[in-house]
Amino acid sequence: MSLSNHLPALQVVIPLVSAPIALLIRQRHLAWALMMVVSWLSLAISVLLWLQVSDGSVISYAIGAWPPPWGIEYRVDSLNAFILVLISGTAALVVPFSLHSIEHDMHQQQHYLFHTMFALCLAGLLGITITGDAFNVFVFLEISSLSTYVLIALSRRRQALVASFQYLMMGTIGATLIVVGIGLLYLLTGSLNIADMGTRLSTLPPSRAVYTALAFLSIGLSLKLALFPLHQWLPNAYADAPSAVSAFLAATATKVAIYVLLRFYFDVFGLPRLNEAGILPLLMALAIAAMFVASAIAIAQSDLKGLFAFSSVAQVGYIMLGVGISNDTGLTAALLHIFNHGITKGATFLLLGIVMYAIGSTDLSRLRGIGRLMPLTSAGLLLCGLSLIGIPGTSGFISKWYLVLAALEAGHGWLAFVIVVSSMLAVAYVWKFVEVAYLQEPDAGAHLQRKPVLTMALPTTVLCAATLYFGLDTRFSLGAASAAAKVLLSGVGGVTP
Amino acid sequence: MSFAAYFTYIVTYLLMTAGLFIVIARGNLIKKLIGLGIFQSSVYLLYIGPAKLIGGTAPVLATGYSVYSNPLPHVLILTAIVVGVATLALGLALVVRIREAYGSIEEDEVLAEDKANTSTTGHA
Amino acid sequence: MRHDPILQVIARLLIPFILLFALYVQFHGDFGPGGGFQAGVIFAAGIILHGLISGLDAAKKILPERLVEAMMAIGVLIYAGVGIASLLLSGAYLDYSVLDHDPIYGQHRGIFWVEIGVAITVCGVMLKIFYMFAGRGDVDQDEE
Repeated sequence: MSLSNHLPALQVVIPLVSAPIALLIRQRHLAWALMMVVSWLSLAISVLLWLQVSDGSVISYAIGAWPPPWGIEYRVDSLNAFILVLISGTAALVVPFSLHSIEHDMHQQQHYLFHTMFALCLAGLLGITITGDAFNVFVFLEISSLSTYVLIALSRRRQALVASFQYLMMGTIGATLIVVGIGLLYLLTGSLNIADMGTRLSTLPPSRAVYTALAFLSIGLSLKLALFPLHQWLPNAYADAPSAVSAFLAATATKVAIYVLLRFYFDVFGLPRLNEAGILPLLMALAIAAMFVASAIAIAQSDLKGLFAFSSVAQVGYIMLGVGISNDTGLTAALLHIFNHGITKGATFLLLGIVMYAIGSTDLSRLRGIGRLMPLTSAGLLLCGLSLIGIPGTSGFISKWYLVLAALEAGHGWLAFVIVVSSMLAVAYVWKFVEVAYLQEPDAGAHLQRKPVLTMALPTTVLCAATLYFGLDTRFSLGAASAAAKVLLSGVGGVTP
Repeated sequence: MSFAAYFTYIVTYLLMTAGLFIVIARGNLIKKLIGLGIFQSSVYLLYIGPAKLIGGTAPVLATGYSVYSNPLPHVLILTAIVVGVATLALGLALVVRIREAYGSIEEDEVLAEDKANTSTTGHA
Repeated sequence: MRHDPILQVIARLLIPFILLFALYVQFHGDFGPGGGFQAGVIFAAGIILHGLISGLDAAKKILPERLVEAMMAIGVLIYAGVGIASLLLSGAYLDYSVLDHDPIYGQHRGIFWVEIGVAITVCGVMLKIFYMFAGRGDVDQDEE
């Protein structure tokens, strides 16, 4: 039996099966060891899948051997292969980090529950990305969302419970709106397979039902990807969750929702239909609002986790701006920023996790002079801040550069100006950290409560190095992003560039 | 055309807006969860209503019948119902924990208490 | 409720039929409305009725907490195990046709085991939820 044929199924099955096994293994170190093996195996499978499709081919795997479009199909192409690598790569780095970071987040008897939920979340996110069936997207979306709500609530802080409840409310409304959109698409086309839906939808004349389906899907997915003004759940969820959870969510949760949006927009509706509906200018307007308003609120935050959470909302705005421009460069910029921002924010929240572990708080008032107390960590945070602003040499610069290029190509010179101006706001909130960390004296009795351990320092260093590396050598990230953009644009009703 | 032809869809729409209104307008956390449940139920109707075809028989192959009702939406909604049950259970568990930590399940009281002590104290 | 004779008698009469009905629904899912999820919920409802009438400890004596938590995991593992068995028999994942010499029998067998897995997990989850909520007690009690 050659396993390599079954890689798409194994990508989801391995984390999914490890969840009940972790539930049965109540010993926390064994559960962690299991998660290490599982997350690294998933990373290996993602990389193998990405290598298989890097020449532009498409892997189609029929679950249960029922041929698509009647059966559920797992479909890997250039678009979702590199998102699979992002998700499993983040998991492979967060799991070693979590061994020590969850120690003061929850009681030791509950650690195995953390690993169970993490496995379910990983399986759900991988499933959303790899499946080619619309309703399967909803099922995996809910699997990952429900396990996320639990992961957030597994913190000692009671604010985490309120944050998780608010996220549950908004996330479930979003998922239900998505399912309404999928239902309308099913009623229109009679099929649940995404590729098949697209082919059938393109033969239908424009009708109100198509636009209604588009509207429901857009709003539901906007709730999930925290597009302004539907972002209310994100700051509290990221700030109050355990550090490992914040890092994993910041790198993956909203990105996967953006992937689903791109998949539905370009493979089911197609660019001509989107232009008819006029939804892209609306997305661009909301994205610009996100970029300015969220960055402005970030400046007013006094807690570093809250500050960088609002920064995430702003960065989602940049990605959606690229989607709204929707030419080849715009989509490349959006996909590139999905990857670069995932790495940068993952690194940021891992660094903040180290700060929380060592100092016990991420509030700016407790972090005076931390540049001297924890020089490497502060340098890492400075690097991530520079990447968020978009300084040349960091990965954030590459995606902002392509975004500006896309705006100029589409003839919107004023958009390029807007992008640059909003980056100035990012300078303001990064400067807030720099001022407290480097330009203020440490408090008289300030000292580290715990020294950071290797299992926490090593993954963080890898992600920080990646933030720097992908700003200098863009062959992987840019190559993957532009291949993915071509897949999107050659979808239903599109032109092959 | 006629009201009767679109009856299912009108009920779907009414349930959906009623559920959303309860989620937004009510401050009690359990009432919010009930509103969420109503909102999700409207979606079940949206899928199952069109599954019954006029003149369609039960979806079991038999000689003499050519039109069968569609069984696929029923399967999809079974999954959606299970997801709804899981969400409701998780929401209620969170409400129980919030009650223990804050002493109240009214949203405005909980938020006010959060604003009052912005220190990162553990729960209870 | 422990001391109300009417409730005690009715519960004792009804619970066996509830559990039997759950098994009926489980195995007749092929031919009529039914299947794993419904059967699991009905079975758990029978145990919960016993817990409501005779006290939480009586229910925990029948299905202890550790067993219920294990049931949740074992059901999922049975379901995934059927898929992995299909993989090992050189079919696709969850391809029931390779599970027996004849594809039709293979489908029956696959659905049978998958539904049992679903029923076990759902029963475990419902009972765990009941145990957690009912065992919570007063707010003044310091519980984690």
